[in-house]
Amino acid sequence: MRIEFDREKCQGHNRCYMLAPDLFDVDDEGYAILRDAGEVPAELERQARLAADNCPEFAVVLVEE
Amino acid sequence: MTLPQRPAVADWATDFDHTHPDYAAAAPEIWDDLREQCPVARTERFGGAWLPVRHADVAAIAHDTEHFTSKAVIVSDFRGLVDAPVGYAPPITSDPPFHQEARRLLLPAFSPKAVALLEPFTRQFCSSLLDGLAASGSRQVDAAVDYAQHIPVQVIAHMLGVPPEDGDRFRVFIHRILEAPGQTGPIEPEDTLTFYLWQLIEQRRTDPGDDLISYLLTTEIEGEPLGPEHIVGTCALLLLAGIDTTWSAIGASIWHLATHPEDRRRLVAEPELVPTAVEEFLRAYAPVTMARLVSEPVEVGGCPMEVDDWVLLPFPAANRDPEVFDRADEVLVDREQNRHLAFGLGIHRCIGSNLARMELTVAVEEWLRRFPEFEVADPEGVRWSTGQVRGPRTLPLRLPEGA
Ligand code: HEM
Ligand code: SF4
Repeated sequence: MRIEFDREKCQGHNRCYMLAPDLFDVDDEGYAILRDAGEVPAELERQARLAADNCPEFAVVLVEE
Repeated sequence: MTLPQRPAVADWATDFDHTHPDYAAAAPEIWDDLREQCPVARTERFGGAWLPVRHADVAAIAHDTEHFTSKAVIVSDFRGLVDAPVGYAPPITSDPPFHQEARRLLLPAFSPKAVALLEPFTRQFCSSLLDGLAASGSRQVDAAVDYAQHIPVQVIAHMLGVPPEDGDRFRVFIHRILEAPGQTGPIEPEDTLTFYLWQLIEQRRTDPGDDLISYLLTTEIEGEPLGPEHIVGTCALLLLAGIDTTWSAIGASIWHLATHPEDRRRLVAEPELVPTAVEEFLRAYAPVTMARLVSEPVEVGGCPMEVDDWVLLPFPAANRDPEVFDRADEVLVDREQNRHLAFGLGIHRCIGSNLARMELTVAVEEWLRRFPEFEVADPEGVRWSTGQVRGPRTLPLRLPEGA
């Protein structure tokens, strides 16, 4: 599973940071920072899915191989 | 004085009135009907307004600042007094490009990391309110008036740096604005919120602290320090945008738990589920409907919108669209897929969303810890507000003996 994050769409709802803290950090203004783009380690797949399923702006996308 | 009754609505698709008590009483059914027959409703009331109810249309409008302006966001018979882009309550009534300037000043104070620092204070305050309710010995409490209402007021007063000894005075100002506008008779100019804030600002200028007012005094917009008018306006906006909204969300959540014992018992048994449940309450009982004015002619869902038409953004209706949410009409406290729009979408996304979520989670957790069992004392006594911010204004609950 790969994770993609679109900074242009992000409006700082911070759902990803709350639900997937191992995948996302947040800057001082509250916009998301994806820690590591690309392949999601198996143990973080659940966090990745929660982030993608709860972002109101559809800014987090998962690509399943 | 009794207000003139609003004329009854004959047909919600062509004559809707979101301020009518019939809308407050049955909005979800009205949205469901409209979604099927006419997803963008129209009314000639308010000088002409539209009501889109599909998620896709609400999202498209919230993201479109080219055809829609925020210079007025509460529907009335008037259409805003000051022109965009600066507006009178930045950033909520501002348009790009000024909007981003005004918004950026506030974002750091409301980021998740800044808000986390306020959690212990909030928890302690909720717990002290509950101590008071438990100590009163009364078996009947009003969760809206005696609990939910106080939480956002106390938190915002703390953020602004209102000294604790001014708390009572501050609450009187807030009460006048939110509950009894224009009903208190003549007021001395020294006894107004504006005057009070003005004084507080002057005081912080000479003796800064780590509060929001002191911080705003150090910020600049386009190379100039913020004038006291901008700071007073910002404080007033935070009070207006942050209090009855959060009060509504806390009250609606407790109302749900009072009327759904199975959900209440589950959250008591699994407190780690509360943050997920809170998102579901925000989806199902989203308190806020915003509005825009059309600034350039545009078509939405096949409807031709003209300049100066009002367009409502009913986030609660979008949150119940089955296109986006499975089992949209059910409240599922463990819903894992929840892209709800309770805090809006796009550039005006609620600045206070992290703060409101924290307050709501803490308020529910502390309440359930103190009062795991409770029920509505008198269903007739539950009164919900009407208009663009919706939540219980009175919520009489019965506590079991010995709680
Ligand atoms: C559950 C509680 C709350 C709800 C449901 C809520 C909802 C909303 C919504 C839907 C918007 C978008 C407005 C638009 O698109 O025109 C908004 C904006 C805003 N909210 Fe909240 N709000 C809540 C709590 C708060 C709190 C606690 C604060 C601050 C103390 C706050 C401050 C603001 C501000 C400043 C804006 C304007 C942002 C901008 O225009 O850039 N809100 N809110
Ligand atoms: S949930 Fe979406 S919009 Fe919110 S911070 Fe994360 S990526 Fe950005």
